[in-house]
Amino acid sequence: MAEKVEFDLVSPERLLVSQAVDMVVVPGSEGDFGVLPRHAPMIATVRPGVIDMHENGAVAESIFVAGGFAEVTGERVTVLAEEAMAVGDITKEMAEARLKQAKEAFEEADSDQARAQAESRIAVAEAMLAVWKQLHPTGH
Amino acid sequence: MPSLKDLRVRINSVKSTRKITSAMKMVAASKLRRAQVAAEAARPYATRMARMVEALAVGMPEGAGGPPLLSGHGRDRVHLLILFTSDRGLCGGFNSTLVRATKHMINRLVSEGKEVKVLSVGRKGREQLKREYGRHLIEGIEGLGRKGITWPEALKVAETVTKLFEDGAFDVATVIYNRFKSAISQEVTPMQLIPLPVPPAQPGDNPAQKALYEFEPSEEALLAELLPRNLATQIFRALLESFASEQGARMTAMDNATRNAGDMLNLLTLRYNRTRQAFITKELIEIISGAEAL
Repeated sequence: MAEKVEFDLVSPERLLVSQAVDMVVVPGSEGDFGVLPRHAPMIATVRPGVIDMHENGAVAESIFVAGGFAEVTGERVTVLAEEAMAVGDITKEMAEARLKQAKEAFEEADSDQARAQAESRIAVAEAMLAVWKQLHPTGH
Repeated sequence: MPSLKDLRVRINSVKSTRKITSAMKMVAASKLRRAQVAAEAARPYATRMARMVEALAVGMPEGAGGPPLLSGHGRDRVHLLILFTSDRGLCGGFNSTLVRATKHMINRLVSEGKEVKVLSVGRKGREQLKREYGRHLIEGIEGLGRKGITWPEALKVAETVTKLFEDGAFDVATVIYNRFKSAISQEVTPMQLIPLPVPPAQPGDNPAQKALYEFEPSEEALLAELLPRNLATQIFRALLESFASEQGARMTAMDNATRNAGDMLNLLTLRYNRTRQAFITKELIEIISGAEAL
């Protein structure tokens, strides 16, 4: 495949990834979507999940994002994520600790806003845990 | 005339002042460099966020029809001014120029019959406004930027603002901050956050351009997600600039202070030596005239 699609992953604090790949699979909030070159332009929300960068027909790199937005133009995919990390960096302890914290925050929430916030944190932590379980099917 | 001992004490005290100011200058310079790098690194997110919001906002109906964060409550009676000042002093005119500009703005808005509320980020702004404009101050956020401005800190400010807005505490929000022009110059800049000013469509723009985008989920849902994020992003950017400006201002102020201390030291040393010489001469004369009298 000669044509490539530019993939940018941006967090508020810095540009995390910027490289040309064959295909990117983004976890949209209404379902995963793959982006190849000359994709129709669109803007979508991203749910907590894993972005796969495909190279030569295989997944070259996987990055976990805690939700955000994706902008697709013909030659470029930009994902704005508040938090992102390599899938390999996720540990079970981290995900579980976050889930616990988020649940506590949910219990203590005294307003709708705080509850909604805690809910989204739970969703992120659960997604993280699910990713970890997928990577470590035996549970170690 | 001060005695030799007085002068010596004075010289030592100026010397240690100079040491402190030059150390502060060095610290500010390194913080400035880091702040500039951070501001640079945050730019891609902000520009892309702005582009997305623009693409979405163009399609929204004018006036009060759209989401409140974008088009406001449809009133402009209560204004919220958000001040970005520093927590610590010794940074030249950084805080006072900002506070002066804010006072002008408060006076103007009040004379137009609007109600004004002030949210002060940073201790200094609050302190300087407290006496004259204390009744306008509603809340203060302090302790930001201990280790440089971070995204969660910006989020905290944004949440405070959003909450106030949802409670109907204000109709229009404007941030007043020091825009970073260069290490030695800052510019007080007001930036309206709510309602979000949408740049008017350029005459050259193709109206069909917007229709190019597909939206998933709907435009409204996307905007509802995007706007609070955008608010935080704008605040984050302004905070970063303000932080860089603060370090720049402090560096300049401390550079001046170091130079002034140096000048003063020269002057004092000269005076000390003169006095010492005069003293010796006087003693010699006394000895000689004493010897002659014998």
